[in-house]
Amino acid sequence: MLAHQQHHITLPEGSIEKQTTTLNVGPTHPATHGVFQNIMELDGERIVSTEQTVGYIHRAFEKLAERRPLYQITPITDRLNYCSSPINNMGWHLTCEKFLGVQTPKRVDYLRVIIMELARISDHLICNSIVGVDTGAYTGFLYVMQYRELIYEIYEEVCGSRLTTNIGRIGGFERNFTNTAFEKLEKFLKEYPKVLKEFENLFARNRIFMERTIGGGAISAERALNYGFTGPNLRAAGVDYDVRVHQPYSSYQDFDFTIPVGKTGDNYDRFLVRNQEMWQSLSIIEQAYKKVQEFKGADAEIFHADVPEYYLPKKEDVYTKMESLIWHFKIVMGEVEMPKGEIYNAVEGGNGELGFYLVSDGGRTPFRLHFRRPCFIYYQAYPELITGGMLSDAIVTMSSLNLIAGELDA
Amino acid sequence: MALTNQDIQNKLQEKFGDLVSNFEESYGLLSFEATAANNLKVLQFLYDEPSLQFQFLTDICGVNFPDDAGREISVVYHLHNLTENIRLRFKIFVPVAAPDVFTACNLFSSANWMERETYDFYGVNFVGHPNLKRILNVDEMDYFPLRKEYPLEDQTRIDKDDEMFGRG
Amino acid sequence: MSRPVRFNTTPILATTADAVGAVEAPPGFTGEGFFTTQLSSVVGLARKNSIWPLPFATSCCGIEFMATMGSHYDLSRFGSERVGFSPRQCDLLMVMGTIAKKMGPVLRQVYLQMAEPRWVIAIGACASSGGIFDTYSVLQGIDQVIPVDVYVPGCPPRPEAILDGFMKIQDLVGEESIRRRHSEQYKTLLNSYGIQ
Repeated sequence: MLAHQQHHITLPEGSIEKQTTTLNVGPTHPATHGVFQNIMELDGERIVSTEQTVGYIHRAFEKLAERRPLYQITPITDRLNYCSSPINNMGWHLTCEKFLGVQTPKRVDYLRVIIMELARISDHLICNSIVGVDTGAYTGFLYVMQYRELIYEIYEEVCGSRLTTNIGRIGGFERNFTNTAFEKLEKFLKEYPKVLKEFENLFARNRIFMERTIGGGAISAERALNYGFTGPNLRAAGVDYDVRVHQPYSSYQDFDFTIPVGKTGDNYDRFLVRNQEMWQSLSIIEQAYKKVQEFKGADAEIFHADVPEYYLPKKEDVYTKMESLIWHFKIVMGEVEMPKGEIYNAVEGGNGELGFYLVSDGGRTPFRLHFRRPCFIYYQAYPELITGGMLSDAIVTMSSLNLIAGELDA
Repeated sequence: MALTNQDIQNKLQEKFGDLVSNFEESYGLLSFEATAANNLKVLQFLYDEPSLQFQFLTDICGVNFPDDAGREISVVYHLHNLTENIRLRFKIFVPVAAPDVFTACNLFSSANWMERETYDFYGVNFVGHPNLKRILNVDEMDYFPLRKEYPLEDQTRIDKDDEMFGRG
Repeated sequence: MSRPVRFNTTPILATTADAVGAVEAPPGFTGEGFFTTQLSSVVGLARKNSIWPLPFATSCCGIEFMATMGSHYDLSRFGSERVGFSPRQCDLLMVMGTIAKKMGPVLRQVYLQMAEPRWVIAIGACASSGGIFDTYSVLQGIDQVIPVDVYVPGCPPRPEAILDGFMKIQDLVGEESIRRRHSEQYKTLLNSYGIQ
């Protein structure tokens, strides 16, 4: 078999005779980003054009969601942006709660904020350290992975799982946070700022890093808005759009934080915006933790809203009361009826506005569930970001955009 | 004065009259429907009109209503006015026999892949799209998987016993 | 207050007293200045403690692999410090994450490019059997396209589980007969996948 027929890509006519090189930055490439393919036309080192192929990890989440009742969809949302899966889970639960008309108590909101901001730190840590790896600095990555383990330990204490957490339920959390969870949180809050400062010092004013990243992958605010950018990538371009501030959910309005904004939207600005967001997340976690500690006595035992139709009732009630038994049965069998209607709800995910568009016809499963995935939408801009630049800048741009394959392909 | 859903509805009805219909407000979000042939005109109006300025396209997706004859496939646009912080939902319905919709790519660059995804899943033909081919599924796939008539599982699988999975 | 902790209330702290161990020599006959044993044992011993893996990370399991490579659950203790991304230079293909039907030919291509002896470990439920994604677009297990040696279940498997799977691969590598790759059985296995 000829070399260019072995793979399912076929080279176009006359491609052997042309002056530019065709390079396949293929689906499997180093630096564990995920599976995307870019077939680039290079003139030496400069990129002339690129053609993208996605879908190498298309797992049909949206079709899968049409088969599953609401609480069974949470594990699917885990696998969207798997570096910060609690945000996806909470976003889905918030959508369901808004749809079903469930009000969550304040303590639940504050605990959710703690978990979501931990997830945001975890996501930005991976992104920034991988940008470092792509410029050749492997140390930062290995150093901060240690501290992601601390975040994983907190998740484990609450929900039992490290990465794909399936954390929380419609109405709150599955169990109250134990003292150990709070101790681990305090340990994290004590140790982490020093680490973040050290990580920042390694890169932020590092001459080599700055020369590698400044100017690469720049995008103006108008083009970014036209391309549907949201999240840190848009904020690096200068637009301060953050769903937590514009449409506050889970009591974010009670917290005091700033939105860091960049100027040119290049790789360096994205790095700095994510870095600064991690500091802001730390501050939000500290505020939330203080607020949680203010709940005393019976209030401190609340970890879910009192909605037995959607939240599994206590076992003692299930064995003694009739309604609880019926609700338990209905929830476990997935026979809870949803109202008819449609809703679009968005949360600020690690990469931007993660939206859930739910259409229900009153059955036990959604009629249609669509995920508005930020990665999918802003990856379209990648050719525009790298054309005219060098190949090495293209690699750094790809990692600084924080493309997560699971979210891209759903 | 801040823009309200009623203002948006008034402006749209004033400009388009009968072509827009079915104004509903669910969970704070105004949603309306227009005829498929006029989708670009409505989107352009929402983009340019100085008091409306819906210049951010949040999402495009498709929905399949197999029981609704002549309106089987719906394309739903979610728009956002970032300065006034208002969202809007705009739907069009096309029959499954001729699912042609004008593309919004000239207005919003983000519509490119979102329309390809809608084509891939539902078979909506976006007229004027620069590169309308499958994006998430394999190129050789010959059906549109998210339509309700097709099942979730892979039908060519031989080693799975349907009886055991409750699908007998 | 929050409910009391029931498990692991007095955790055992790790000690490093016996942290470093030398690899055991294979059984053999020692004399003055010489040691005889089976060639396959020595070759197996050398190979198993210096496996060069190729992390074929597609999704969430890839992040757990990154945690395994980190200093907490160090994979380089087992000799695989150097992960390579070129199949021509690697021994072990670690497939981590969901393989969609679109990715199947790519995976096969990578496997074909590896030189003998090569091993494959399927990490995670998706690589082993399609996982929770019983859909039209996901390959229901990579053993539909390539032969697999070890399967590690989990979604995602904990780093300890990945290390356990890796240790099983080490056992396989250590015990492998020199002639295995030329045997009839191996050839029929590869033929059943359409690999020459």
